[in-house]
Amino acid sequence: MINRSAARVAYDKQQKTKGAVIAALSSLVVLIALVVLVPRAPGWEKVQASFFDGEILVSTFPSLLKAFLVDIAIFLWSLPAIAILGLLVALARDQKSPAMFPLRALAIGYTDIFRGVPVILTIFLIGFGIPGLGLPRPWNSPYIWGSVALVLTYSAYVAEVLRSGIESIHESQRNAGKSLGLSSSDTMRFIVLPQALRRVVPANMNMLVALQKDVALLSFIGPVEILRQAGVHKSLLANFTPYVGAAIIFLAVTIPATRYADYLLAKQHRERS
Amino acid sequence: MRQRLGIKKIVIQALVVGVTLAATSNLHAADCAAGKTMKEGVLTIATGNPAYYPWVMDNNPSSGQGFEAAVAYAVAERMGFDKENVEWTSASFDQSIQPGVKDFDFNLQQFSITEEREKVVDFSAPYYSAPMAVLVRKSAVENGAAPTIESLKTLIWGIDSNTTALAMIQETIAPSSTPLLYDDNINVVEAMKANQIDAGMFDLPTALYLGGVVLEDGVVLGQFPADRTDTPDQFGLLMEDGSALKACVDEAVLSITEDGTLAAIEAQWLQETTGVPLIK
Amino acid sequence: MANERLHLKDVHKAFGDVPVLKGINLSVKEGEMVCLIGSSGSGKSTLLRCINLLEPIDNGQIIFKGEDISEPGFDPQPVRQKIGIVFQSYNLFPHMTALANVMLAPRRVLHEPRDQLLAQATALFEKFGLADRMNHYPDQLSGGQQQRVAIVRALAMNPQIMLFDEVTSALDPELIEEVLDVLRQLRRQGMTMILATHEIGFAREAADTVCMLDEGIIIEQASPEKLFTNPSEPRTRQFLSSVLKQ
Repeated sequence: MINRSAARVAYDKQQKTKGAVIAALSSLVVLIALVVLVPRAPGWEKVQASFFDGEILVSTFPSLLKAFLVDIAIFLWSLPAIAILGLLVALARDQKSPAMFPLRALAIGYTDIFRGVPVILTIFLIGFGIPGLGLPRPWNSPYIWGSVALVLTYSAYVAEVLRSGIESIHESQRNAGKSLGLSSSDTMRFIVLPQALRRVVPANMNMLVALQKDVALLSFIGPVEILRQAGVHKSLLANFTPYVGAAIIFLAVTIPATRYADYLLAKQHRERS
Repeated sequence: MRQRLGIKKIVIQALVVGVTLAATSNLHAADCAAGKTMKEGVLTIATGNPAYYPWVMDNNPSSGQGFEAAVAYAVAERMGFDKENVEWTSASFDQSIQPGVKDFDFNLQQFSITEEREKVVDFSAPYYSAPMAVLVRKSAVENGAAPTIESLKTLIWGIDSNTTALAMIQETIAPSSTPLLYDDNINVVEAMKANQIDAGMFDLPTALYLGGVVLEDGVVLGQFPADRTDTPDQFGLLMEDGSALKACVDEAVLSITEDGTLAAIEAQWLQETTGVPLIK
Repeated sequence: MANERLHLKDVHKAFGDVPVLKGINLSVKEGEMVCLIGSSGSGKSTLLRCINLLEPIDNGQIIFKGEDISEPGFDPQPVRQKIGIVFQSYNLFPHMTALANVMLAPRRVLHEPRDQLLAQATALFEKFGLADRMNHYPDQLSGGQQQRVAIVRALAMNPQIMLFDEVTSALDPELIEEVLDVLRQLRRQGMTMILATHEIGFAREAADTVCMLDEGIIIEQASPEKLFTNPSEPRTRQFLSSVLKQ
């Protein structure tokens, strides 16, 4: 018995090592193929000059970083608003009594519309349209209304994520709360929501990554954030390298965030099984 | 085989040109484009879609109406292509400055000639020098905006980020608040309507068009003399880097410049330059 | 009938087109322990859920302490505080400690000082041998411990009647006895209880009254001695022999 399990351990170990070696070898082959073959393509020099100009990358990088602060600011003040509005809409959709029908219908209409309309249209419509109604400065700022457009769009998505979380909590939990004489709002607040929120953390992490990228869309209505700054450089230098610089900065934020979301998801799967 | 066919075509073409135009100089120019165009015997010209007044009337370049449409046909003619042998296509700004093979022989949509751009594409000799002009709304004028640098400093600026206007504003005006940037003229105007910005900087013809047609209460506040700016915007015909056609196109542009054809076209389509004060 | 705590009159309940309860009549006296037996799908669980107003009934009356609580439009919330129910699958709140599970409803509903509620809860934990488990999360407890916490949770509301829905069915055999002990303890205290159960031995030992449910009807109601030794209905006999065979 002991011998056999020792043999198994050894076999597993061997398999693992074998797997790692194969992974390393195949990665190396792909890498070599990329490094050796791509520069041999006839158009490579032109592509390299247009997209990967080291000097341009270095000279434009600081201004890109500075512009990225605008993205971060918009992201940070939109986030709490999205959390609150998304939660309110999710709760409105959960209302089951007939008296609440108008509220529920409103919430459904809201999520349908804002998830269906391209973000950029919402940004133009709200970013130009609402200030165009005659708001005085500074209340007509594209920063304010562009952020409102993002908040409205992302709240619709987050509301759906939260609703799926709420619905994933088994009815028996609500019944347990009800049977103790708790009101339905208390049942939601203390029993359903805390569990639902925990469950949708990974999905919401992906929302955050997407939001971080979509903040750049605000540049369409004026704010000079990183993507626009890169565009300005591109226009002046007739070179796409500044976009590559912007991509590097984005990836530096989104890759760790995405990895973390995946980690949370994997952890959740482990805990459930 | 291919060569022989080419020669045959050129002979036919030369004959056609000779018969229709009956001018020896055209025969000479026609030779310079032979075998160098994308499609043999056809000159493919690109412009933006949509293309705007006064560059192209009614977004229909093949009508020859509008400054750039007229210039295109005049250049084509000097290169030996009559109207029937000109084909139009559309290309965006980004598409046009990408490396690689182009799907047009030349492209005109108010491309400012810059040194940096010339590294990846070819430009012809300039066919227009555009003075920059300031577009505001009536309300700004009522609030005291005037065509002086001092006054322009206090305005909130919005600029089409694809143009060189940003550099010019920062160098010449140095406004107190950071300019906002947009993807095209229309968005700049939209931001003006939303009162998010006070002023936009465009080349004069664009400013006149936007102020006259798009922005109901638009006023062209003033214009910079082309010599006042460090780098007056000059528009060139854009070609693929290292284009074999460049010499031929240049010759044609110079030819219409020298004999006054270009000035006449400019006067016809862009004559409204008067009436806009110079900025002090 | 002064000490009658609960009276069911001709209770009907259907899920869609499927009738589950077809006229239940039952009277439960103060301090009485009633056991509901019968095969799965006979309506035992549904009956308990109806009494707790988790399911609205279609017809009939549920009279709790002289008041018809099944009337349409009756606010179920205050009544549920007085009628405790414990489920087969415990239904503890997994994100809370055992103590938090027990304290939540009293704190939100009873409007008594926190210290007093905490003392009461601690006393309950101690009484049922769970004092050292108060700060554990449900997934750190055995099935038997979880079910005892669930019972404590219901008891913390000082209910006037307790409903137990197959509370030992999900437990491993060696854990059943610790839960049954709790029930015995409650019985000694004089708690009024209705149990849906498969534990024939326990019903025989502890119940005052045993009701045999079959297809939504109480087909036989008697003392345990009578029902278990000399059932009058052939279907009761059939059910008992099938259960005892296992």
